[in-house]
Amino acid sequence: MNLLSKPGARSFPGAVRMAAVVVVVAIVLAGASMLPESNPLHVSAFVVSLAGKYLAYAMLALSVDLVWGFAGILTLGHAAFFALGGYAMGMYLMREIGARGVYGNPNLPDFMIFLSWKSLPWYWWGTDHFAWAMLLVLVIPAALAGVFGWLAFRSRVSGVYLSIITQALTYALMLGFFQNGLGFGGNNGLTDFKDILGADLHTPTTRAVLLVVTGVMLALALLISRFVVGGRFGNLLVAVRDAESRTRFLGYRPDQVKLLVWVFSAMIAAVGGALYVTQVGIINPGEFAPANSIESVIWVAVGGRGTLAGAVLGAVLVNLGKTLFTAWLPEFWLYGLGLLFLVTTLFLPNGLMGLWRPMKKAAPEEVTPEVSDTQGDEA
Amino acid sequence: MTDDSLLLDVRDVSVTFDGFRAINNLSLALKPGEMRAIVGPNGAGKTTMMDIITGKTRPDTGIVRFKGRDLTKLDEPTIARLGIGRKFQKPTVFEALTVVENLMLSLKGIRSPFSVLMARPTARERERIAHLLKLTRLEKHADRQAGGMSHGQKQWLEIGMLMGQEPDLLLVDEPVAGMTDAETMATADLLREINRTRSVVVVEHDMDFVRALGVTVTVLHEGSVLAEGPLDEVSADPRVIEVYLGR
Repeated sequence: MNLLSKPGARSFPGAVRMAAVVVVVAIVLAGASMLPESNPLHVSAFVVSLAGKYLAYAMLALSVDLVWGFAGILTLGHAAFFALGGYAMGMYLMREIGARGVYGNPNLPDFMIFLSWKSLPWYWWGTDHFAWAMLLVLVIPAALAGVFGWLAFRSRVSGVYLSIITQALTYALMLGFFQNGLGFGGNNGLTDFKDILGADLHTPTTRAVLLVVTGVMLALALLISRFVVGGRFGNLLVAVRDAESRTRFLGYRPDQVKLLVWVFSAMIAAVGGALYVTQVGIINPGEFAPANSIESVIWVAVGGRGTLAGAVLGAVLVNLGKTLFTAWLPEFWLYGLGLLFLVTTLFLPNGLMGLWRPMKKAAPEEVTPEVSDTQGDEA
Repeated sequence: MTDDSLLLDVRDVSVTFDGFRAINNLSLALKPGEMRAIVGPNGAGKTTMMDIITGKTRPDTGIVRFKGRDLTKLDEPTIARLGIGRKFQKPTVFEALTVVENLMLSLKGIRSPFSVLMARPTARERERIAHLLKLTRLEKHADRQAGGMSHGQKQWLEIGMLMGQEPDLLLVDEPVAGMTDAETMATADLLREINRTRSVVVVEHDMDFVRALGVTVTVLHEGSVLAEGPLDEVSADPRVIEVYLGR
């Protein structure tokens, strides 16, 4: 039975190709930035950090696609996990500044001196160690996603209600992080970073390495996501998305199924956020703004929901468009984005990925024509 | 008093929705290996009874025991894992998945999210699926998306998924609604075949179908059992005639 040995319709070859493309592009751009400026192939540091930013956004898009495309959870608050990952990385980068800050205090970041704090809050403990900070990047967003998801899915909150509370979650976090007393720099956030693991953040080499690391992490996230949604678990996610109560009568617990993919997705978003901060050089409460989460949903819709590769494609293309558009006609960008969303919803329900998928699908169907006598067979 | 020789023991169960008594002192006993047909006019409480047995609805009073275990405190997944499978009135298969993928998810065994994540098809599972495809006559459609199949094929796929769960008891809600006569008779054959190894409760309106099953019939009316016995005996009962024709 060859049909049973096949990995299934959802094997996502596009995700593997996209992972390869992302790594190659990151390496090529990073390499080109190392060429002397006189070389015509030289790429500026600006382009390198821009590309790094796009790839970090692509991780956010991928995480949204996992929960929206496969589990049917329309999250409007995923940037919260992205920003939390960013803050965890930001804490480490602040501690790396050490005594080189404006106030020259080796233990306290500038904003704490400014607030006349005498010592670090307890939750800053260990953030001078890179490994500990990276653990926080993963654990804090995962824990928040775990608690939030457990409560929401167990109470069978779904659909638009769930979307609204995800939005409320990120909005509440934004308001919280604006508070100086929370110990994350308030309005200004965390910035003025000097170096990472002893390497100066402002040198072309560090930037090139960070771009490649972002590309590799995105590729890794794509491959792990493909493993998660490509097999039986992916089928179960789709089953939960389309007929949740039916899965209960088969003996599955849809709340646990959703929780697993939700937490995993939050961790991908967090890693994206951490890498984003290293390349953008700042993290502030604005990253929690509801608009950011909504934009990430648009990236996925444009690229193609439920395709993995489409999320990456959508994130990169829409952000490229945003960069160009805001340079030429800054006041019209939001209209452009809205129009893009409308056009996608109306004419491209499967996004850009939908443009070439039907063409590929058509081929095998011609080889095996539809059997017309099924009814007769059964009787 | 409970009888441990019974597979399913529903006793004096009542449930009220907003003052409406959907089930009223209902009792139903099923022996291991038995097939039972449940008939009754609309609103008699047939579907609510299935909801109570499968954990979707909690009874206000009464006992529901399956293999000696009290079901009234358990949720749907737990009851499903204990060995009760349910087929809904409207065929509910996973439309975006293929026939094989639908059957794969139904197979008894792996249920926790982490083990599903790590699961790879085993030789035994492939064998089971091949068997189910044969049983439901869907071999030719194995790789088709379930959403694109005919109503009757979906009904059969859902019965196949029910078999995949290897339940001790199958609750089947109106399996032949919307089927052709030929499909109806084939479904009766299929259920009789299934009944050789499992107990079955079938809710159905179609009297030709119930006759073809040739089993004990329970007539529900206004949430209680009105009559019970062979179809000919029950259909001759004046109270049953009154309920079906008298209004």
